Amino acid sequence: MEQKTLVLGVIGSDVHAVGNRILDYAFTQAGFKVINIGVLATQEEFIHAAIETNADVILVSSLYGHGEMDCRGLREKCQETGIGHILMYVGGNLVCGKQDFESVKDRFLAMGFDRVYPPGTMPETPIDDLRKDLGSSET
Amino acid sequence: MQAVLLIDFGSTYTKVTIVDLDREEIIGTARAGTTIETNIMDGLKEALAQIPAPEGGWEFIRKLACSSAAGGLKMISSGLVKELTGEAARRAALGAGARVLQVFSYELTTSDLDKINAAKPDILLLAGGTDGGNKEIILKNAEKLCELPSSLPVVIAGNKVVAAQVADILKKRHGPVVISDNVMPELGVLSVESARLAIRDVFFTHIIKAKGLDKAEEFLERIMMPTPAAVLSAAELLAQGHGSERGMGELMLVDVGGATTDVHSIAKGDPSKPSVMLKGLPEPFAKRTVEGDLGMRYSSEALVEVAGRRVFDYLGWTEEQVACQLSLCKEDPWRIPQTEEEAKFDVAMGRIAVSLAVDRHVGTIEVVYTPFGASYVQHGKDLTQLPVVIGTGGVLLHHPDASEILRGAVFNSAEPTILKPQKADFYLDKEYILAAMGLLREMAPQVALRMMKKYVVKL
Repeated sequence: MEQKTLVLGVIGSDVHAVGNRILDYAFTQAGFKVINIGVLATQEEFIHAAIETNADVILVSSLYGHGEMDCRGLREKCQETGIGHILMYVGGNLVCGKQDFESVKDRFLAMGFDRVYPPGTMPETPIDDLRKDLGSSET
Repeated sequence: MQAVLLIDFGSTYTKVTIVDLDREEIIGTARAGTTIETNIMDGLKEALAQIPAPEGGWEFIRKLACSSAAGGLKMISSGLVKELTGEAARRAALGAGARVLQVFSYELTTSDLDKINAAKPDILLLAGGTDGGNKEIILKNAEKLCELPSSLPVVIAGNKVVAAQVADILKKRHGPVVISDNVMPELGVLSVESARLAIRDVFFTHIIKAKGLDKAEEFLERIMMPTPAAVLSAAELLAQGHGSERGMGELMLVDVGGATTDVHSIAKGDPSKPSVMLKGLPEPFAKRTVEGDLGMRYSSEALVEVAGRRVFDYLGWTEEQVACQLSLCKEDPWRIPQTEEEAKFDVAMGRIAVSLAVDRHVGTIEVVYTPFGASYVQHGKDLTQLPVVIGTGGVLLHHPDASEILRGAVFNSAEPTILKPQKADFYLDKEYILAAMGLLREMAPQVALRMMKKYVVKL
């Protein structure tokens, strides 16, 4: 299988760099080409990186509770810039307080994300999903 | 005596510098109007005649030249995303000493082609996609460029996976077509050296002839490079040193001209404070920026417009007084200040041009408030600790108080986010030899370095 390219980053005014490094390592080990745009990444940086590298997936992390605000409009911007069909995953501590994850998940799915992960998800889960989603998109 | 002749065919003046290689001294400098319309050699001969020849005439061991005549090296670049490969391509062209007329991004449209056709660039730089990244746009743009009515030299510096294919498409219409390394091989990695060399190669194999400069090549060995590339090369040598001869360390060079203000920095520009995060494209160690709207004569109106209140505040003049001086600049671009008022106006204009040009060249720092407190994000180069600022260009040389103009390059506490040098010493390229020394570097780098250390004087 051709190596798939992922754009990875921590969105918004979020400076959580450790998890970002761990994910970079885990996805690289799993055989993906990881384009890591690091912390404090804007929506535009995700999109520009994805266009230039012809990426297959955008992986958004958000750990500081403002994910809902930061992620809103990302799918629309992708559509506007010609990569509307790109896969988008999001995970971390997406919202503030103790909210029911199912409702959080629904909100992010409605925003156009393909997969939404709760706090404490191990890298294996999205890696399995990536293989499924990218494999099936090829056939 | 081992005499070397160094020539700069400028857009307006042909400047000659004769150097004694053994004694490491300037024997003479002179200038005459550039005669591109008739024969480029006329102006050169006129300039050369001003320096008294030794008995038996000159015997030059080398004759080297650079040129910005006939519009300089005009380039248009095209990338994919404006902020990524678009910007990387622009920087590669600037680093090669070009005047970048326009930068395109995404797919080229028919109206973009009209603009290219009207601008008549000397070289087109085509980038797009990281290595292994997007292929589609650069291929489409290659096809599109074949619709141009005339042939252009093209340098390809995009996704390596399709570079050969892009070249095959372009060769149907254009020539020469040269492939260099990608200006952005990985996302966020800038790699401009290969493209710079390819541009320089095309410049002296094709552009010189197209501009009628080859008439001089019977007399000279070769026109080696565009003048700005020679200046950048000199600055690099002066900063880094050569072999056992030490350089001056990191420095900035400001060239205030009639039409543009160029700023070169030879510096890493890493954050000077701890826990600052770097964002955006990495900067080239030897960075050149050109401000087409900041000039003392041709661009003087644009400069006053951009400067806004600053000109009036600096001079304490009325609008009528400024307008009156501006019309003088326009009437006679060769003017050297005659009255005290004119001199004051020139100082004000020079200072503001330097200030704005350096503002745009250096990086910025911004505070980002996160739930964990304030974080600092830096874009571009932090030059606050830079020790040396060198001035060159007609305006600075003809003014008794060059440091007053150069002070525009200094950090302003009212604009603390702009990372300009805080306590640099000022130097002046008094004999106007930097372009010549960039040429001399090609054959005798140590001599060129020592001569610069001698002739670039501290203010």
